[in-house]
Amino acid sequence: MNDILSPLVLSQWQFGLTTIYHFLFIPITIGMATTTAVFQTAWYRTAKVKYLQLTQFFGKIFLINFAMGVVTGIVQEFQFGMNWSTYSRFVGDVFGAPLAMEGLLAFFLEATFIGLWIFGWDKLPKGVHLATIWVTAAGTILSAYFILAANAFMQNPVGFRINEARGRAELTDIWAVLTNKVSLASFPHTITASFMVSAALVICIAAWHLARQQNLDTMRPAIIFAMWTMIGAGILTVLTGDQLGLVMVQTQPMKMAAAEAAYNTVSGSDASFSIFTLGTPDGVNELFSIRIPYLLSFLSTHTLTGTVEGINDLQAQYRTLYGPGNYAPVVWATYWSFRWMIGLGMLSVLLSAVGLWLMRKGRLPKNAWVWRIAVWAFPLPLAAMIVGWIFTEMGRQPWIVFSLLKTSDGVSPNLTGLDVLISIVAFTLIYGILAVVEFRLLKRAAQKGPEGAPLSDASEAPTATVTVY
Amino acid sequence: MDLNILWFWIVGFFFIGYFVLDGFDFGVGMALPFLGRDDIDRRVMINTIGPVWDMNETWLIVAGASLFAAFPEWYATLFSGFYLALLLILLALIARGVSFEYRHHRPESRWKKWFDGMIVVGSVVPALLWGVAFANIVQGVALDSGHNYTGTLFDLLNPYALLGGLTTLLLFFTHGVVFISLKTDGDLRLRARKLAVRSGALTIIVAAVFLLWTNLANGQVASWPLAILAAVLLIASFFANLRGRERYAFSLMAGTIAVAVASLFAALFPDVMPASNDVANSLTIANASSTPYTLSVMSWVAVAVLPFVLAYQAYTYWVFRKRITRASMPEDTQPRSDSPSASAPVLGG
Ligand code: HDD
Ligand code: HEM
Ligand code: HEM
Repeated sequence: MNDILSPLVLSQWQFGLTTIYHFLFIPITIGMATTTAVFQTAWYRTAKVKYLQLTQFFGKIFLINFAMGVVTGIVQEFQFGMNWSTYSRFVGDVFGAPLAMEGLLAFFLEATFIGLWIFGWDKLPKGVHLATIWVTAAGTILSAYFILAANAFMQNPVGFRINEARGRAELTDIWAVLTNKVSLASFPHTITASFMVSAALVICIAAWHLARQQNLDTMRPAIIFAMWTMIGAGILTVLTGDQLGLVMVQTQPMKMAAAEAAYNTVSGSDASFSIFTLGTPDGVNELFSIRIPYLLSFLSTHTLTGTVEGINDLQAQYRTLYGPGNYAPVVWATYWSFRWMIGLGMLSVLLSAVGLWLMRKGRLPKNAWVWRIAVWAFPLPLAAMIVGWIFTEMGRQPWIVFSLLKTSDGVSPNLTGLDVLISIVAFTLIYGILAVVEFRLLKRAAQKGPEGAPLSDASEAPTATVTVY
Repeated sequence: MDLNILWFWIVGFFFIGYFVLDGFDFGVGMALPFLGRDDIDRRVMINTIGPVWDMNETWLIVAGASLFAAFPEWYATLFSGFYLALLLILLALIARGVSFEYRHHRPESRWKKWFDGMIVVGSVVPALLWGVAFANIVQGVALDSGHNYTGTLFDLLNPYALLGGLTTLLLFFTHGVVFISLKTDGDLRLRARKLAVRSGALTIIVAAVFLLWTNLANGQVASWPLAILAAVLLIASFFANLRGRERYAFSLMAGTIAVAVASLFAALFPDVMPASNDVANSLTIANASSTPYTLSVMSWVAVAVLPFVLAYQAYTYWVFRKRITRASMPEDTQPRSDSPSASAPVLGG
């Protein structure tokens, strides 16, 4: 359907855009909650003022971001019913359970303990106050688990049966849904990638101050900590991504074929992985390409001789299984998003490694370019995550629930194009304005630096600090 | 008891929790222009709900998600049917939520005014539209045989539903103003008490008409006594407030809202979304619910988790039990000089 006023196409755009927008804040929330908790623990243990300053400084950044995560999350929760009502009727019996668990187990925890943490500085004993930020951090990670379990059902439906009379999927095994192999693999991958994003944020902010030779006593430990986090989390992300790739080949071979734009089934040295290709956008004709032989086979099967099915063969298989239709996703989008995910992420790790080397043994680089790069590298891992999701979600098309329901059959039947046009314009406007406000506030808070006099590292800790709106 | 009956009331419980708790947040937001004489007043008011508004709002997320899990058909029909109304609620909640956090980040009064305005609008719109939505659910809307809503936004704005909206608006307003009198001190507290008496009187009249109309049109055995109880609690709250018994007044207001919402659910039972055009198209607790297996899984989760949730939320209210005064607001929200001050760091302040 190419009609611009089609409720389906508009709903797809709206869902994609609002989810990506929501997800700009989520990795920062997950990563910064934990980072703040780590700094506060350091303060609790050592009573050094610099750690309190770091806690409050990055805590503030975390909160500015958190507000956006919360308000955009409600939109996500409502949109399933609003725009995808047929889908909701079809999967609700299975899909609703993890969402409800997310609310009961994770969101309540997060939303309550964040309040205790923000306003509890002078009201709670120090140890209890420290516990509140850890509980908040645990809540964010737990919520990621449940939402990924819900999403995994759409990638690889398990633990259900189809009730033909009711025309819906019904839950038969909640444990199977919660331990879906896709969610077991995507959860650690997403969490470690989130830590890369928060590390990049800390690096960016710390570098800005270090470039100006200010707040050295707080920003130097912060940037070293963040660069090590980036490298550690980066390695873990690659390892978990590798696992996720294996699972993906088993559950959605079409996605892997599309990721490599492999139209024909290949094996062994022919199953090469192209790092870069110039060709027609759909990948059918190749003009120039840098290829690593065997790598695709290795990524897909962990052997050098494995066979990787191609789009054309899969297409033929799916036609016999599911009836006539086009079962391939948009190939250029999957091909490039997969490469950008890996490339941008690797680049961030590489930059951190160089940074650590430049700052070895107490050195502080004088070259302005070093700091400029450190500051401007912030969006790299976040962009990697976003394109990773675009790969995951677009690679699932044309299915909304793989092999069970097509996206085109999931949309609300009673919506008019005008309804969705109104909502997409409204969301775009308010999200656009808020993006500007949010960015300015973040920048302002970040550039102001930690508050409080850079007292000598006296062990007498500052006493009660109050917080109000 | 059948699990789907149990879940009808669990969903009801979450919505009651949401309206009782976020209800006073809306009231405080709406009262900003009525009670806030200057910026310090407004900050005091906002800080009465500062630590709790997010967890109160989460009751809505949980209510929505448990609706999805327990009654997918109800969730799908309601959310796609009331599309534009829900869009307005979402936009309002977004505006309100960010404003709480963002208003204190800059000292300029233009900046603060802008966010104060968003808090007011972001409180009025949901307070009104939730009443409109629930009145329409109880009254019934036009559904086709696939349970899809066939009307428009304007069909939802009928007199009965608008009266429902006005009722929730006034209930939440009074609830919030009573909350301010309970949580602040000094002049603001006295002014809040006075305003609560005036708005309380108006609320009694409007709510009585609405509950009467509801029960005359859709009354059930259980909804009549609940509606009467709600009215009694509301009147008792009015008198408690008149005599300056803030604690009682607030508890009775919370009771009023809880019982009034319960009476709406009772009036709805055993339908969940009655079809006004043809009863055959109605959604009921039987044909809208999930399978017994899903409901039993969810029941175990709810039984295991809810006691903890209620406990730590009660603990939060206990931690922040003190009244907030003008004196407890730090001088200036944003130290203006860029040089670090000598005092201890103030986060978020
Ligand atoms: C900083 C971010 C980042 C980095 C560096 C990587 N990934 Fe990733 N990847 C994600 C962030 C991400 C993500 C955005 O978080 C996704 C989207 C869905 C998901 O679960 O994680 C994802 C999805 C995703 C999928 C799709 C899963 C599916 O559709 O079922 C695969 C196969 C990989 N990744 C594999 C890798 C490999 C082999 C990597 C490195 C060599 C890699 N990722 C680096
Ligand atoms: C946060 C990371 C996510 C991002 C960035 C993302 C992005 C996207 C995008 C771009 C699409 C549109 C694809 C297309 O139409 O070709 C899409 C579709 C969809 N996604 Fe996600 N998604 C994310 C996570 C999730 C999760 C966790 C769920 C469910 C729990 C989900 C549910 C859906 C649904 C139902 C669709 C179908 C509607 C459509 O095709 O537009 N997504 N997503
Ligand atoms: C499209 C599907 C999604 C839905 C329906 C959804 C729903 C929500 C909701 C309702 C909230 C607000 C919670 C609150 O008030 O505290 C929220 C926040 C959150 N979401 Fe999502 N979300 C989606 C995608 C994702 C993904 C893919 C992740 C993680 C991998 C995620 C992780 C979180 C986290 C950690 C929070 C809390 C932190 C914050 O509020 O900033 N969400 N989400």
